[in-house]
Amino acid sequence: MEQLGLSAPVIFFAAIFTNNILLTNFLGMCSFLAISREVKASLGLGFAVIFVMTCTSALNYLVYHYLLIPLGLVHFRYIVFIIVIAAFVQLVEMMIERSSPVLYVVLGIFLPLITVNCAILGVSLFMIIREYTFLQSVAYGAGGGIGWTLAIVAMGGIREKLQGAKIPKPLEGPGIALIIAGLMALAFMAFSGMIQMQ
Amino acid sequence: MAKLKSGKIFASGLWKENPIFRQILGICSALAVTNLLINTLIMGLSLIFVVTMSNVTVSALRNITPTRIRMMVQTLIIASYVIIVDVFLKAYLPDISEALGPYVGLIITNCIIMGRCEAFARNNTLWPSFVDGVASGCGYAFVLLTIAFFRELMGFGTLFGMDVMPGGWTNWIIMVMPPGAFFMLAAFIWVARSLPPREEEEAGVKR
Repeated sequence: MEQLGLSAPVIFFAAIFTNNILLTNFLGMCSFLAISREVKASLGLGFAVIFVMTCTSALNYLVYHYLLIPLGLVHFRYIVFIIVIAAFVQLVEMMIERSSPVLYVVLGIFLPLITVNCAILGVSLFMIIREYTFLQSVAYGAGGGIGWTLAIVAMGGIREKLQGAKIPKPLEGPGIALIIAGLMALAFMAFSGMIQMQ
Repeated sequence: MAKLKSGKIFASGLWKENPIFRQILGICSALAVTNLLINTLIMGLSLIFVVTMSNVTVSALRNITPTRIRMMVQTLIIASYVIIVDVFLKAYLPDISEALGPYVGLIITNCIIMGRCEAFARNNTLWPSFVDGVASGCGYAFVLLTIAFFRELMGFGTLFGMDVMPGGWTNWIIMVMPPGAFFMLAAFIWVARSLPPREEEEAGVKR
């Protein structure tokens, strides 16, 4: 695969800008539409996603290459990945609750939402399909998380301003959010061509 | 009586409580796979299969599943069926399996299925759960196919890979790129939500 030539930093930036996981791969749309009403909540969810995505992509890489492949259980990767993600999120929630109440207030309510965020599972699956190395996978996870956060925070900002706008009734809520996402995707397409990834 | 009820469940899953434009669930795959009709069709069929079978299984196990771990159980049930679909596609339709890429696996986190299991199958007997699963799946597939129809028609000038547009047609490249998906779904929601409630029910029955 041609991606093998890309170094980890290149993948990192590609995942943020040219191949933004939300705007080009449509991952994590559900929480994107539900949570992006204001900047503060978006930011909290974004940080939680960055953290979990980076760690689970590393964890899933190790599990896949050192456990599933030797055992010949490749087809069970969906179940295993979901369990790894769910377990990790649970663990982080407990750890944060004990050690840092401040962080818990910021991230706490968003953590349970993350298990069902398809972006997290999507990153793990993409990394397997594209045959990334360990370093590349971690870079992809971190970049993907940051790119996702960037998009949702921008969206939160725009939707805050939208509250006074006159929107046709049927378009209110998700409809207008999708149109904004479309415009954002157009804007992000300006970055494409800097790095060829697909 | 029972028949009437099944019909009602079916109609509401298809239009009145359509997972995509009423409940805004499962948007990810609605956007990602809809640039070609054939991919969309396979995706829709896979989803109908998974949602129906998971609904039936959850319903069958509803009395012996401990309430506290039911989410985990549901996820595992869904994941098992997704694996079946994935292996099946790899074996019989390798091209399409490659084109769909990770989105087959992402059916697991598709909130439609979890939502139906949690909201319906958990409290209902086998047959209504089965109907509900088929209806939600069909509602989803119907929206996806509509979107894919316009995206492929305008973006490539083809339907199922066959040329249908007249010679002078210029392809709207934007329709097959990511922004086109967002605009198309937004337009669909706009149209669907502007129809007055009366017509909605009739349309639901007709389809």
